Amino acid sequence: MKRLTYKLLSSILTLFIVTLLIFFMFQVLPGNPAQIILGIDADEAQIKQLEQKLGLDEPLTTRYMQWVQGIFTGDLGESLKYQMPVIDVLKQRVPVTLALALSSLVLTALLAIPLGIFIAMKQDKWYAFVLNLFTQLGIAIPSFWFGFLLIYLFGVKLGWFPTFGYTAWSENPMQAIRSFILPSVAIAVSNIAVVVRYLRNTILDQTTMDYVRTAKSKGVKDHQVMSRHIVRNAFIPVLTIMGMIVADTIAGSIIIENVFALPGLGSLLIQSITSRDFPLIQALVSYIAIFVIVINIVIDLLYRIIDPRIKKKG
Amino acid sequence: MRVKKNLSLHIGYVLVGSLTLLMLVSLIYTPYDPNQMFPDERLQGPSMEHWMGTDNFGRDILSRVMEGAQTAFLIGALSVAIGLSFGLLLGSMSGYFGGWIDELIMRLIDAMMALPGILFAIVLVAVFNPSLTITIIAIGIMSVPSFTRIIRSCFVQAKEFDYVKASKAKGATHVRLMYHHILPNSLSPIIVAITLSFSSSVLAESGLSYLGLGVQPPFASWGRMLKEAQPFIAATPSYIVIVGVVITCMVLGFNLLSDGIRDANARK
Repeated sequence: MKRLTYKLLSSILTLFIVTLLIFFMFQVLPGNPAQIILGIDADEAQIKQLEQKLGLDEPLTTRYMQWVQGIFTGDLGESLKYQMPVIDVLKQRVPVTLALALSSLVLTALLAIPLGIFIAMKQDKWYAFVLNLFTQLGIAIPSFWFGFLLIYLFGVKLGWFPTFGYTAWSENPMQAIRSFILPSVAIAVSNIAVVVRYLRNTILDQTTMDYVRTAKSKGVKDHQVMSRHIVRNAFIPVLTIMGMIVADTIAGSIIIENVFALPGLGSLLIQSITSRDFPLIQALVSYIAIFVIVINIVIDLLYRIIDPRIKKKG
Repeated sequence: MRVKKNLSLHIGYVLVGSLTLLMLVSLIYTPYDPNQMFPDERLQGPSMEHWMGTDNFGRDILSRVMEGAQTAFLIGALSVAIGLSFGLLLGSMSGYFGGWIDELIMRLIDAMMALPGILFAIVLVAVFNPSLTITIIAIGIMSVPSFTRIIRSCFVQAKEFDYVKASKAKGATHVRLMYHHILPNSLSPIIVAITLSFSSSVLAESGLSYLGLGVQPPFASWGRMLKEAQPFIAATPSYIVIVGVVITCMVLGFNLLSDGIRDANARK
């Protein structure tokens, strides 16, 4: 219980620092933000008006407090480009990114776990090095380039999947799923490779443990030792990198949405940077960071539920 | 077993070595001027005149890939330098002093890690305008958390060693203990971290430049070459394939190198 309280308190401290970082990063914008947004042709009155609208005439601490409050109430001002509340723009885009991230995470879990166990079992074979090299390759390949290759092979050459764009779920569910497959694969590749390598290492660590020797000397068959004992214990450390995997999936979808022209948060972010829509950029970045921190807290809780030993220690 | 493990080190050396050579050669010689356009020879596949073909402006891809290597190594080296210096400062203080200093620095690092990798760089580029300098600073800051964590764990471990306790008893100052005793003994994990960070900076640069937020013309960049190649994927797939393979070789090379160094140290 004590450790859990500590964990929650330190997460709140992290959240506080994140909001400070993001807030002040946008404060150091060179020059007057209102001037930058309006361009050099703007006259004095227009700048004054926008400054008031953005609340730039208030002191820094007041603005920070108002902004943090806005994050929680969802009142983060208006998008300069779309001329509507930032939160409404985000709401339109969230489902696409969420669907993309989820399908890529599911794909990672479905492929990485059996592959990791398989590779760990083949570590003493002569071709183990080749298998390991493949996982290294999976980490090294730029995801967006892998996306290009998928587009070329399955979109242009074979014509199995749409090469870009997206069909809404409400219009045609089958088509919607099809437009998500290639981008999910592109995001998942490096994550699969990371999880496979990590799972292989934790499994190999477990095989030298005493309980494995005991089970084997009791006459338990090899595959049962693997499935009932080793894999269960090997999973727990894998959970600890889940937070990193989720963060990487979101980072991956920022680029991949641009490759496949999917209308999610990632393509919105790049568009809003090009159009210098600062209220929108700031909101996007804050919500993504908060999401990552919350996911990490949830994973930490899960970790305690799955492995009761941690609860006792804490 | 020994040979198998060293194989990743060897492949890493060959990949990184040949790309370094390519970069060094490009300083004095490229087959063509990287920016010279041949309007009649646009979007060609590999040929005897242009080994890697030509791009949409009729520029020689090999020459541009060679010039792009300079950009990749420059950004890699400088961003690693930034990440290492801040990581060294924060990590050594955090690990050595512990207590509230450690708590504060670690929460700062957690906060930085909550902005997933490239997002942090994207924000910096959004606030300032994209340029070579901003790309280097952004990628450098991106690598601070991992350096800090690795150096911190070295210092936490080293604090308990007898030689550290002995020098402390002899009255060595904090600074002397930290940078004359503990740091030289923590070099091998730091070298592994440097090679690993080099490869992630190459990946980050190509991603940023692909999004148009990284290196701007006239500097050739592998990531931007991929951006330029994208519309012509059906017409000249070789352009995209070649540039991507070069980036993958660079990243793979540094990853294998870092794996190989770690294994070599672990066996000692």
